[in-house]
Amino acid sequence: MAIALVLVLIVVGSVLFHFLSPWWWTPIASNWDYIDNTIIITFWITGVVFAAVVLFMAYCVFRFRHREGNRAAYEPESKRLEWWLTVVTAAGVTALLVPGLFVWNRFVNVPSDATDVEVVGQQWQWSFRLPGKDGKLGTSDTRDVTPENPLGVIASDPNGQDDVVVEAADLHLPVGKPVKMLLRSIDVLHDFYVPEFRAKMDMIPGSVTYFWFTPTKTGTFQVLCAELCGQGHSLMHGVVMVDSQEDYLAWLGEQQTFAQLTAPEQTGSADQIPGKTIASGQEIAAELETVGSR
Amino acid sequence: MVDVTPADAIPPAEVAEMELYHPHSWWTKYVFSQDAKVIAIQYSATATAIGFVALVLSWLMRLQLGFPGTFDFITPEAYYQFITMHGMIMVIYLLTALFLGGFGNYLIPLMVGARDMVFPYVNMLSYWIYLLAVLVLVASFFAPGGPTGAGWTLYPPQAIMTGTPGGQDWGIMLMLVSLILFIIGFTMGGLNYVVTVLQGRTRGMTLMRLPLTVWGIFTATVMALLAFPALFVACVMMLFDRALGTSFFMPAIVEMGEQLQHSGGSPILFQHLFWFFGHPEVYIVALPAFGIVSDLISVHARKNIFGYRMMVWAIIGIGALSFVVWAHHMYVSGMHPYFGFFFATTTLIIAVPTAIKVYNWVLTLWRGDIHLTIPMLFALAFIVTFVNGGLTGLFLGNVVVDVPLSDTMFVVAHFHMVMGVAPIVVIFGAIYHWYPKVTGRMLDERLGQFHFWVTFLGAYLIFFPMHYIGLMGVPRRYNELTDVTVMTESAQHLNSFISIMAFIVGFAQIVFLFNLIWSIRHGREAGGNPWRATTLEWQTPQTPPAHGNFGKELPIVYRWAYDYSVPGAKEDFIPQNMPGAFGTSREPA
Repeated sequence: MAIALVLVLIVVGSVLFHFLSPWWWTPIASNWDYIDNTIIITFWITGVVFAAVVLFMAYCVFRFRHREGNRAAYEPESKRLEWWLTVVTAAGVTALLVPGLFVWNRFVNVPSDATDVEVVGQQWQWSFRLPGKDGKLGTSDTRDVTPENPLGVIASDPNGQDDVVVEAADLHLPVGKPVKMLLRSIDVLHDFYVPEFRAKMDMIPGSVTYFWFTPTKTGTFQVLCAELCGQGHSLMHGVVMVDSQEDYLAWLGEQQTFAQLTAPEQTGSADQIPGKTIASGQEIAAELETVGSR
Repeated sequence: MVDVTPADAIPPAEVAEMELYHPHSWWTKYVFSQDAKVIAIQYSATATAIGFVALVLSWLMRLQLGFPGTFDFITPEAYYQFITMHGMIMVIYLLTALFLGGFGNYLIPLMVGARDMVFPYVNMLSYWIYLLAVLVLVASFFAPGGPTGAGWTLYPPQAIMTGTPGGQDWGIMLMLVSLILFIIGFTMGGLNYVVTVLQGRTRGMTLMRLPLTVWGIFTATVMALLAFPALFVACVMMLFDRALGTSFFMPAIVEMGEQLQHSGGSPILFQHLFWFFGHPEVYIVALPAFGIVSDLISVHARKNIFGYRMMVWAIIGIGALSFVVWAHHMYVSGMHPYFGFFFATTTLIIAVPTAIKVYNWVLTLWRGDIHLTIPMLFALAFIVTFVNGGLTGLFLGNVVVDVPLSDTMFVVAHFHMVMGVAPIVVIFGAIYHWYPKVTGRMLDERLGQFHFWVTFLGAYLIFFPMHYIGLMGVPRRYNELTDVTVMTESAQHLNSFISIMAFIVGFAQIVFLFNLIWSIRHGREAGGNPWRATTLEWQTPQTPPAHGNFGKELPIVYRWAYDYSVPGAKEDFIPQNMPGAFGTSREPA
């Protein structure tokens, strides 16, 4: 008996919690309100199903509880009811899936006017690179990473010379302009996540991943790493500042290009053969590497 | 009550019975036993013991999350070691081992009418290798550098690098070796379960007369035999990367300013292998729970399970589909985005057979004669938590909805509800249900009521609000949330509340453990069939069943497992081995 009441209370309590509690998503600051809408649709459909199933159960437990002399009905199956329920469920699932895939299609197809912005993760900080006047990012390789060239920009690629490098500092973006975030890592998996933008994507060493969005509000937003990346994971924060166009240009003017950053050491680092700077502690591992790679 | 089923409807035994191995000493009877029932208890006891380690680890994590900065000994390294070991123990060493090694071993031979598993010696080896795997796992707590802190998913490259606890120490190696041992041990047991169900059934026990418990465990075992090899090779490859310097999963990497010698490997390959195992694993845990809960509801509502055939096909359908949904764990992994269309579609399709199962459980309650016993209460708790967790799966399975929620506390809340709380309440219900068969005595009712209410309500209060912390954008696997701006002060209070509930629910499990031990001697005498159930394990000549299960003659099966409240029959249940026709039984065939 108590259980029937508790089942009803669970439904009522959950619904009240959903609508009355102060814990809800942070206000959105990007174009992905499509995603928020899809979540709302999902909340409604799943919420109705949850309430219906649990309340039906509560009714059954109350109405058909054991009393002296009771006997259960005997009904092995009912094809009609089972098919009917299957069709209704399939319809509900379709109602979730169709808008979901529609929005996903938008999410993965980057508009042609989006600007490239590169994010590079490493334990446990964020760096960024913006294309220079040519509008193109130069190619990069983890093997080219040195203290002078922390992002591993390939020095021989002319497109890279005017790239703006923002090492372990805040990223600024202009409001209202779509950006394609190109995501790289030089050590382990990371994930570039800004809750207000609703988008995130893992960063994989050796690959370039991406997502795109349009910032819709100016302000300061926290970047969180959302893929476990070692013991400093929960402290791997960064900052994205969404600026008006003028503020953005002012900030951009203060940044240094790859050519400026590497100018004094350029010849030295170009001579270096990638992959040959092994610390002494790694010698045994290096020997085993040659064995393993045969 | 007129025409008796003719005896020639029962096929004759195809092969003569084989003599069982009979133990000669205490050691071979209780320790190196080949009796599936003893092995089942060994599996269950080991899984429960290591499960309590996982419980303590969850408390330690909740201390840190609920009361940040209060406990200095919980360093970031320690925190990541706690979450990793908690997750791995719960999923593999507790849930998989308990459902398949524990319930599978105990129930399969008894329910299908066999004297034992078909390969008793291999079955015994299976347990001892499992125990070895657990010991290797436990050893990592005492190894230099401690256990691995790579997260239970063990994603490379970080799993084998210095920035992760245990990455360049012993932790990750012991973890991988332990998993490899577990899979070897499981394969020995798993082949046994499958062959016993297919070949060891008694006369008259057709596949469509099997109790759903057996269907659930059988299908889960087949899936595990297909899925675990993917984890096995992933573990071996990572072990090579770590110990021999190969580069299966390791691309060119700069670690703390230093170029590593790896190159050309693919971190995402590991994720595909891991989740090719990892998603079926969810159903390897869920399907036995589905099967068992179906039987609990049917017995305690005195009613046949509604839509038996649909239930069987749903189990098989879910099992098959679960092999083509794995990459829904990887929507934001950076795999090709077009995979999202495919995997979202397959994932949402799997909701249909799953929903059918839920409907059939609640429709079994409809017009039943519901006895609110402890097993029934836990079965009801299962439906609530499973429906809740299953529905939040529709958020995470629907690719674009997953984007903001992935890697947040929403995911933690979802999978704890659906594959933590839901299967575990089934385990509890099942223990209250079958304990009388195993020991001959009932578990204490009042302690059981306490255990049920605290566990059910407490777990719901822990995991339901946790979804909303995730919805706010709070990431998972953070030992330190004080600098996270979306983590408001009120949400921190909610976190403290969740931690307190976690301690209360954990305490209830200690009461349960006490009940388990106390009732062995002091429980009420149960008799052979206290729940008046139809299936064969309740029809054994002795309780607890002796070695060989069924005395001189194996039972012959005349009907399906769900003849409850048959109109016209005197009793409200007809055992499967009862010959003759009673009333108007309409066995689906």
